[in-house]
Amino acid sequence: MSLLELRGVHTHIGIYHVLHGVDLVAPKGQLTMLVGRNGAGKTTTLRTIMGLWKVKQGRISFGGEDVSKLSTPQIAGLGIAYVPETMGIFADLTVGENMLLAARRARRTQDINGSRLAWIFRLFPAVEKFWDYPAGKLSGGQKQMLAVARAIVEPRDLLIVDEPSKGLAPAIIDNMIDAFAELKASGVTILLVEQNIHFAQRLGDSVVVMDDGRVVHSGSMAAFSADTQLQQRLLGLEL
Amino acid sequence: MRRDFDWKPLLLVPALALLALPAVGSLPTWFTLTIAGLAMGMIVFIIASGLTLVFGLMDVLNFGHGVFIALGAYVATLVLGCMGDWTQSQSIIANLVAVLPATVAAMLVAGAVGLAFERLIVRPVYGQHLKQILITMGGMIIGEELIKVMWGPDQIGLPLPAGLRGSWQWGDAAIEKYRIMALAAGVLVFGVLAWTLARTKIGLLIRAGVQDREMVESLGYRIRILFIGVFVAGSALAGLGGVMWGLYQENVIPQMGNQVNVLIFIVIIIGGLGSTTGALIGALLVGLTANYTGFLVPKVALVSNIALMVAVLLWRPEGISPVARSR
Repeated sequence: MSLLELRGVHTHIGIYHVLHGVDLVAPKGQLTMLVGRNGAGKTTTLRTIMGLWKVKQGRISFGGEDVSKLSTPQIAGLGIAYVPETMGIFADLTVGENMLLAARRARRTQDINGSRLAWIFRLFPAVEKFWDYPAGKLSGGQKQMLAVARAIVEPRDLLIVDEPSKGLAPAIIDNMIDAFAELKASGVTILLVEQNIHFAQRLGDSVVVMDDGRVVHSGSMAAFSADTQLQQRLLGLEL
Repeated sequence: MRRDFDWKPLLLVPALALLALPAVGSLPTWFTLTIAGLAMGMIVFIIASGLTLVFGLMDVLNFGHGVFIALGAYVATLVLGCMGDWTQSQSIIANLVAVLPATVAAMLVAGAVGLAFERLIVRPVYGQHLKQILITMGGMIIGEELIKVMWGPDQIGLPLPAGLRGSWQWGDAAIEKYRIMALAAGVLVFGVLAWTLARTKIGLLIRAGVQDREMVESLGYRIRILFIGVFVAGSALAGLGGVMWGLYQENVIPQMGNQVNVLIFIVIIIGGLGSTTGALIGALLVGLTANYTGFLVPKVALVSNIALMVAVLLWRPEGISPVARSR
C-alpha cells in the first residue's frame, strides 16, 4: 500500500522545465531510495513534494489525499518531515532550540516527549551532548544527525531526507545507516535521496532511478543490486 | 564550543563616549550631551526595532516605515489635546496618565494601518526588491499626503506635559527629565523584545525565520502569519517612537517620518539585518554621534552618521551583529 504517490508530476523553476512527468510511489513502512546522476531532478522532486516548488501538472497524493495544491506548512502538518540537502540547521540557535522548533506541540524543551527524546539521544548521542551549544558550531556529521533528529522529534508518517551521507566520513555514514535502519524498523516510511550507492544498497527496500527529470526505473532494491548491467546503464557505475 | 557572546560591539558605545570626552572638554557638557545622545538613540531604536525584524524575516525593504512614525505622533496630538488638565498638571504621575492613552492610541492606529499597508502594498511585491522600494516609497508619499489632508500641511505643536519639562541638576550637568524618560522607555522596549525573542516560542520562530524562512515553513509553521504579526508590531513600535520623537521635538510635521527614515536605515545597516541587539547598539551610536558632532562641528553633523555607517561597514561589512544572511 502506497503512502506517497506522484503521478505525471511536472515542475518548472523559472523558465526551466525540470520535472517531466515523474511517477513515483513510496510504499507504507518501507524505505524508498531515490537515486540518479547529478541534475537528474531528485532534489527538485523532494522540494515539489514539500510544496517548495509548485506542481505545474500532475498529482501528488499522501495517504490518498491530493496535496498538490497545498502550501508547505500544510503539507508538513499532514505528518511529513523533510531534511533538505543543506540540512536546514538554524546555526544561531542552540541544538535544543532547533529540536524545540520541530516539536510543534511543545512550547518549552521540557514539553518534548521524554521517552522519544531518550530514544533520539540513543540514536544520535551528539544531540544530547551538545544540547546547549549553538548548532552552527557542530561538525558536518553532527549537523546531519541534528537535522534527522529534528525531523523525528515528534512522530511523523513520512520522513523525506535529501543526501544524508553527503560530505560525511565513512564512520559517521555507518552510524547514519544504523540510525536509519532503526527508524525503518520503527515503522516510519522513508523516502531518501542518495548519491552514495552503497548507502542506498544497504538500506533501501525499493529503488527509483531518475534521469533528466524523469523516472527511468523503479523496483526492488534487491533486484536492482543484482543487475549490474542495469546499474551501469542507468547510473554509469558498478556497485 | 558554547555560545560565545560577542562583546566587541557592546564596547563601541562606551568607547565612543570616552573618545568624545577630551574633545568636548567640559565634563558636565559631555554628560549632558551623552544623556541626550543616548535618549535620542533609544527613540530611534524603538522605531527601528520592528523594521529590522521585518527586513530580516521576509527580506522586505519597507521605505514606508516613516509613515507610521508620523501617524503615531499625529494621533498623540489629538489625544493629548483632549487631556489638557492632565498635561498641564505639574504632577509627573498625572502627565504619564495622559501620555499612556496617547501612546496606546498611537500604537493601535499605527498597527492597524500597518496591517493594511502590508496587505495592500507590501504583499504583492514579496521577493521583488526594486518594486518594494518604489511601492513602499509611494505608500509613504500617499501617507504623508493623507496626513496633510487630515491635519493640514503646517507644523503642529506637541508640547511636553508640564511635569516632564525642565531638567534635573546633577552637579554642574543639566539632565532633561524627558530624556531620562525616553531612556527608560527604550530600555523597557529592548527588555520586552529581548525576552520575547529569547524566551518564547514565537521569539524562537522569529529568530529561526530570520535565518531560514523556508525551513521554518518545512517544519509546519505559517511564516507569513508570523511576518504579518511582526509587521504590525513593528508598525505599532514605530507609532510609539513617533509619539516619543514628536514630544522630543515638541512639534510634528507630515514629513517627520521621512526625516527619521534615513536615521532608521543607517541604524539597521549598522546593526546588521534582523538583529535587535545590533539595532540598539547602532541606534545608540547614531544618537551619540549626532549629539557630539552637533556640539563640536555642527557643519559635519549632517554627514556624521553616514561616516559612522561607513566606518562600521569597513570593520564588519554585514553590520555589527547580523542575524539574517544575504539572500
